[in-house]
Amino acid sequence: MGPILKMVAQRLALGLLTLFIVSLIIFLSVEMLPGDITEAILGQGATPETVAAFRRELGLDVPAHLRYLAWLGDIAQGDLGRSLASKRDIAELIGGRLMNTLFLASFAAIIAVPLAVTLGLLAALYRNSWFDRGINLVTLSSISFPEFFIAYALIFLFAVQWDWFPSIVNVNSDTPFWERVYRCILPAVTLTMVTTAHMMRMTRAAIINLMASPYIEMASLKGLTRSRIIVRHALPNALSPIINVIAINLAYLVVGVVLVEVVFVYPGLGQLMIDSVSKRDIPVVQAACLIFAVTYILLNLLADILSILSNPRLLHPR
Amino acid sequence: MTTRDELSLLRSMGQIDRRGLIKGAAALGAVGAAERMFGGSAFAATPKKGGALKVAIGAGSTSDTFDPATFTDSYMQFVGFGCMRNCLTEIDNSGKLVGELAESWNATPDAKTWTFKIRKGVTFHNGKALTTEDVIDSINHHRGPDSKSPAKPLLAPITTLKADGDSVVMTLESGNADLPYLLSDYHIAIMPSKGDGTVDWQSGTGTGGYVVKKFEPGVRAYLERNPSYWKSGRAHFDSIEVLSIVDVAARTNALTTGEIHLMDRCDLKTVHLLQRNKKVNIFEVTGSQHYTFPMITTQAPFDNNDVRMALKLAVDREEMVKKVLRGHGMVGNDTPIAPSTSFYVELEQRAYDPEKAKFHLKKGGAEGLTIDLSAADAAFAGAVDAAVLYKEHAAKAGITINVVREPNDGYWSNVWMKKPWGACYWGGRPTADWMFSTAYEAGVAWNDTFWDNKKFNQLLVAARVELDEAKRTELYKDMQLIVRDEGGVVVPMFANYVGASSDDLTHDKMAGNWDLDGMKASERWWFA
Repeated sequence: MGPILKMVAQRLALGLLTLFIVSLIIFLSVEMLPGDITEAILGQGATPETVAAFRRELGLDVPAHLRYLAWLGDIAQGDLGRSLASKRDIAELIGGRLMNTLFLASFAAIIAVPLAVTLGLLAALYRNSWFDRGINLVTLSSISFPEFFIAYALIFLFAVQWDWFPSIVNVNSDTPFWERVYRCILPAVTLTMVTTAHMMRMTRAAIINLMASPYIEMASLKGLTRSRIIVRHALPNALSPIINVIAINLAYLVVGVVLVEVVFVYPGLGQLMIDSVSKRDIPVVQAACLIFAVTYILLNLLADILSILSNPRLLHPR
Repeated sequence: MTTRDELSLLRSMGQIDRRGLIKGAAALGAVGAAERMFGGSAFAATPKKGGALKVAIGAGSTSDTFDPATFTDSYMQFVGFGCMRNCLTEIDNSGKLVGELAESWNATPDAKTWTFKIRKGVTFHNGKALTTEDVIDSINHHRGPDSKSPAKPLLAPITTLKADGDSVVMTLESGNADLPYLLSDYHIAIMPSKGDGTVDWQSGTGTGGYVVKKFEPGVRAYLERNPSYWKSGRAHFDSIEVLSIVDVAARTNALTTGEIHLMDRCDLKTVHLLQRNKKVNIFEVTGSQHYTFPMITTQAPFDNNDVRMALKLAVDREEMVKKVLRGHGMVGNDTPIAPSTSFYVELEQRAYDPEKAKFHLKKGGAEGLTIDLSAADAAFAGAVDAAVLYKEHAAKAGITINVVREPNDGYWSNVWMKKPWGACYWGGRPTADWMFSTAYEAGVAWNDTFWDNKKFNQLLVAARVELDEAKRTELYKDMQLIVRDEGGVVVPMFANYVGASSDDLTHDKMAGNWDLDGMKASERWWFA
């Protein structure tokens, strides 16, 4: 296990560096946007006098580099700071939103990942059959539509026409678990539809790629059934690319679902981030971006570890 | 026979019920007229208590707080002003000023010193009794050098503010007959004092009809009825849940699928389809909300009144109402004073007249005028389309308008009052003086045309201290004429407030000072 631990340590160190660079880029880009939080919040009601008073109150009269260093000092001690706009503790502000985002992402992943892998295996098994073509057609069409279109189509059918599911999620911290699951079904299905094709196609391609290998030929010459060959012999060797593609899609489910959040009025992180950017609430934007960056870094790390474990050859690079 | 006459006739003949009338009228874009026709009586029914109301507002953000000095959009107006708190005065559903936390008031003849008698027996949600100290500290919350409140300029003329028994006495640096109106502004809510000159806005405790129980900024607020609310016959719902649903399609879906009972700001492009849904009522009120194109009158070519006049004549207002508002509005007459505003005077309507516009251009020596018009949908929904329409209309008068599409983000800080000519909206104010002294008096912070007309400024000050109604009306008429003919603003249209509710919600005649029944649907409406 030695080499794995070493790799994990290296990757985590690199991850920290990435986070630092991400935070710097985000800070600079929000800083470069025209207007600041005082003007964004006061909007049409801003006068030079009220803007100045507001800036003094928020400490925005301090030069930008000093503000960044102060923020960096706090974050190093694990303090995300307070929102400029609402003065609320950011950890508390983001906490509930993050749980919501993770809940929806997990819900969608629980449906999408097994579905995609199974469909991929079946597509490889019945390669070039009507089943293979049909599955490809359906999943590729659903990934080709913009996700808000799929969301509206589902709302139209299942909420407006048949009244099976609610059109807006409207959950809060007091919502019981199964009620929450029920109210989240439409967004979870939407996300499933937009992520399945990618994972399914990768599973199918990885397996088909291996089917030409000599050891598979050997297996079929031994007289094994096709399904046994695919599941027992091809799949373990195809796991590495499949895991990587699943990791990318899981990361997408956490960070890229803002459109779905808007359509279903789901209180997730994406909505918070958009609000904060348009209000120039830098500490909140920073915190949300860091969470997104951490998600990518950790999921990629996890994918690499799993790939290595699934393929011992990678443990001993020449 | 006009649509309105026809509908009235049918109604008097008993061939059409109220709902059919509203539907018919709405189909012809005349709901405002229908609403006006009924007055209060047709809607009047005894309010019933109970029910859990769910409302979706097309605004709201994670940066919202309970501090009324930061209220900017309709979400916090509805929650803070409509549910949680009261002001000293209130504009009722017929546009009349009535006392709210002030029981009565009087002024010295010069309108300089005002005494407001504070209502007795009112308690805050936390049980504390309302005192003059609460009132004084709540008003001071918006004054002083550290205030960031948009109400700061409104209250700036107050020089002293002190308690006198159970009254609060305000002295102004110059007379203002409209002070009681100003105190109905949604920013100037009364909150409990902390005893050290500041107020407790953080807890959200107020004297309003509903007590806030849960608040997730940008998501939802949950409020329950205040069991000891001092107003009788108001605040009928057991609880109110206010959701922030900015996406209009999501808001509409939520209403049609029964997730909510009430929404604001219908999509004007699809409202005729929503109308077909039998479980949904569309309501529409012509308020004081207007869309404008302010010109900076200190810069060439807008320092030339002939150029301004030519531009005012070079726009087809009827078509703009038809295309941009889809008929849900009325044409403007280059003054910000709406029919629902006090001291409104009906002036001759300015019409689209390219020939006359050409004449003014020639007179002002500005033939072949080419100018930029900045617009973004942040100014108002459809502002860019309106600007393009303007360009087409003006072309017939020999004016070339280049429409400059500006980013929505940062529009108010980077474009409005910075670019020479742009698009803008105003929510309107309940009195003529308030509107004029907010955006037309020389030197005030939101004078977005930088207009400085001596005669107008003199009249404005004179009218402010005039307590004789007839004389005052005459002064405001002159001012409206000056703004219309010499002002720097093109006011092509007034936009209706168009919202929708489920058919089990009922209400009396609706107010036009703000959206959603003056933002008081929470306490004025009930479940049938």
